[in-house]
Amino acid sequence: MAAHTEPSLPAGPGRRTILKSLGVGAAGLAGVPLLAACTGGTGPSGGGTESSGLTFGSGSSDEVPKKAYQAVTDAFTKKTGKTVSTNVVPHNDFQNKINSYLQGSPDDTFTWFAGYRMQFYAGKGLLAPVDDVWETIGGNFSDALKTASTGPDGNMYFVPNYNYPWGFFYRKSLWAEKGYEVPENFDALKTLAAKMKADGIIPIGFADKDGWPAMGTFDYINMRLNGYQFHVDLCAHKESWDQPKVTEVFTTWSALLPFQDPAALGQTWQDAAKALAAKKTGMYLLGSFVTQQFTDPAVLKDIDFFPFPEIATEGRDAVEAPIDGLLLSKKGGENAAARQFMEFIGTPEAQDAYAAVDPSNIATAKGTDTSKFSELNKKCADTIANAKYISQFFDRDALPAMANNVMIPALQTFLKDGRMDVKNLEAQAKTLYAAQ
Amino acid sequence: MSTTARDLVPPESRAPSGAQARGVKSGKVRRLSKRDKIVLSFMVGIPTLIQLVFVWLPTLMSIALSFMRWNGLALTDIRPAGLDNYQYISQDYPPFWPAMQHNLLWLAFLALVATPLGLLLAVLLDQQIRGSKIYQSIFFAPVMLSLALIGIIWQLFYQRDNGLLNFLLGTSGTPQAVDWFGDSSVNIWAALIAATWRHAGYVMLLYLAGLKGVDPSLKEAAAIDGANAVQTFFRVVFPAMRPINIVIVVITIIESLRAFDVVYVINRGTNGLELISALVIQNLVGEGQVIGVGSALAVVLLVISLVPIVFYLSRTFGKENKA
Repeated sequence: MAAHTEPSLPAGPGRRTILKSLGVGAAGLAGVPLLAACTGGTGPSGGGTESSGLTFGSGSSDEVPKKAYQAVTDAFTKKTGKTVSTNVVPHNDFQNKINSYLQGSPDDTFTWFAGYRMQFYAGKGLLAPVDDVWETIGGNFSDALKTASTGPDGNMYFVPNYNYPWGFFYRKSLWAEKGYEVPENFDALKTLAAKMKADGIIPIGFADKDGWPAMGTFDYINMRLNGYQFHVDLCAHKESWDQPKVTEVFTTWSALLPFQDPAALGQTWQDAAKALAAKKTGMYLLGSFVTQQFTDPAVLKDIDFFPFPEIATEGRDAVEAPIDGLLLSKKGGENAAARQFMEFIGTPEAQDAYAAVDPSNIATAKGTDTSKFSELNKKCADTIANAKYISQFFDRDALPAMANNVMIPALQTFLKDGRMDVKNLEAQAKTLYAAQ
Repeated sequence: MSTTARDLVPPESRAPSGAQARGVKSGKVRRLSKRDKIVLSFMVGIPTLIQLVFVWLPTLMSIALSFMRWNGLALTDIRPAGLDNYQYISQDYPPFWPAMQHNLLWLAFLALVATPLGLLLAVLLDQQIRGSKIYQSIFFAPVMLSLALIGIIWQLFYQRDNGLLNFLLGTSGTPQAVDWFGDSSVNIWAALIAATWRHAGYVMLLYLAGLKGVDPSLKEAAAIDGANAVQTFFRVVFPAMRPINIVIVVITIIESLRAFDVVYVINRGTNGLELISALVIQNLVGEGQVIGVGSALAVVLLVISLVPIVFYLSRTFGKENKA
């Protein structure tokens, strides 16, 4: 740094000058390209494959689900005497790092989702099939759940734990006080929203700082307008995005935009849940996990739910009810204890242990204890049981890159200025699906 | 390598016996003992190896991958894609151009606001005022804080309903409350202020060191010649800090190009806070991994970074060497 104090050197580049240029150059280069080629990091390392125990990677990092899985692993250890060492990773990180996690040293079993997201990794050979486990627990599950747990090769990979429906949540007391009624169709929803707005309430709670919650509204409008099959095909890019059917979805949605919370882009779903609890918003479309935020029992008791109203072709046959459960990593496939744990999670016993701590979700196995179900739980369970089709949420039904890199910015722009360039969506989808 | 190695020899070890070696180039080399040679080759070899493995190899691999399609799983899945990835980011990827603009805005803001602010702080704190050390620590503290902490601090400040800023503005809890993070027309400025908060402290520290290094007799001479304080600073002190200025310019450019942490903690670089670096991360490390596209973005960032740095360094050091 003190180049001017250099002693009299013979001609030619000075020693310090060279060191300096190397140093600064390296600093400049190092910042950039390292980002590009250093994505193959390893996840938390497993603790060996001896059959006395297993490792369990959990993305359920929120307080309630974390304790619920703790209850499950405790019950397993108590029953079998085998230890479970749990690695809890914040769920966004867990999902974001899944590629390197599965290629590094994954835990034996880990929490994941049904749908395209599971099938993709199964298809790439990163998971161990659990057909033998399903022979034991198969009777506990409905056909719809079995289909959702099947990989692209026809083998079983997934064991469902719970699912939860998406729908509009609201406070009964507020609605009774103002005389609001559950809307059966889209026009009624619009009328109700207009009435709420006139009453000085933000009609539809909305939060999209994280980007993904808005996909729920897209999924429902698309399914109600174009049917379940079209929706799933669109997610898998078997249907193109630049067709009038898709444009129609956004046209329909734009009728709701003036009724949605204008602060949506700056708040998370937890913020929006608080706003619903505080009666600042009239209703809020989210998964039933929203009830985790209502820690006050009086508020929780006051929460009710109605399915997304019908719009056109399909009535209310389809429900969005993402299934969460467990997968066995390729490495975990060699650990007998890990298989045993997979089997355990597929039993009513384990699912009851989970639901005892986290009652916001609906256990998937038959024969689970429903006696402690609240009114709301019953309604949620009925909605799922009566549905003809179960969708998994856009970011589970579609290619993750499509959901994360394309839909999030596109929907945020749509929320902001009501415009959606479906031609561009199609152009991006073409490139991304071709890269897989 | 051999010429570099020779130039790296410290002057005092070059010609211990003085005049007789001068002018005879090969004579210098012969005077190195075996041990010297081993030490030297380690000194040159290890940094070179580190440079190769951690800088050049990833760079070249990124460049290669930017012309491929790959899902990031098995190596056999790599397929050539030509220029498709570049075409995709420039034509079909909506966040790309906003990100370029934001990076430029970031550079302009750091260069015109944050860096001068750091210089100002340094000059003020160099005046032997009481408690100077405490102020220095306070202004430098942000540089040392972790990403998560910065997120929390600015969250407290900018929150819409409970944040300090809206509280001071008196709009807290009303519909007029500014949504500092959610409103895409203001959140870039909110992020820039948070970035300035960090950058100014860094620049301040470097300039403080620079100011201490300026020979006081220069200032005395200027005062005797009748220069006032402003003239002394801009005509004498500032030019005397030339080596520091070079470092600061390079740091400012680098910081603006790799700006990332602040926007990432706010909303992961979406909705008005797009930056190239955030897009690189989104496409390379997230679940939505698209290696080809992410690598192409990284290469764009690399090329942009190289232009000003190479230009500035070659210009500066080119002149210095001629002198």
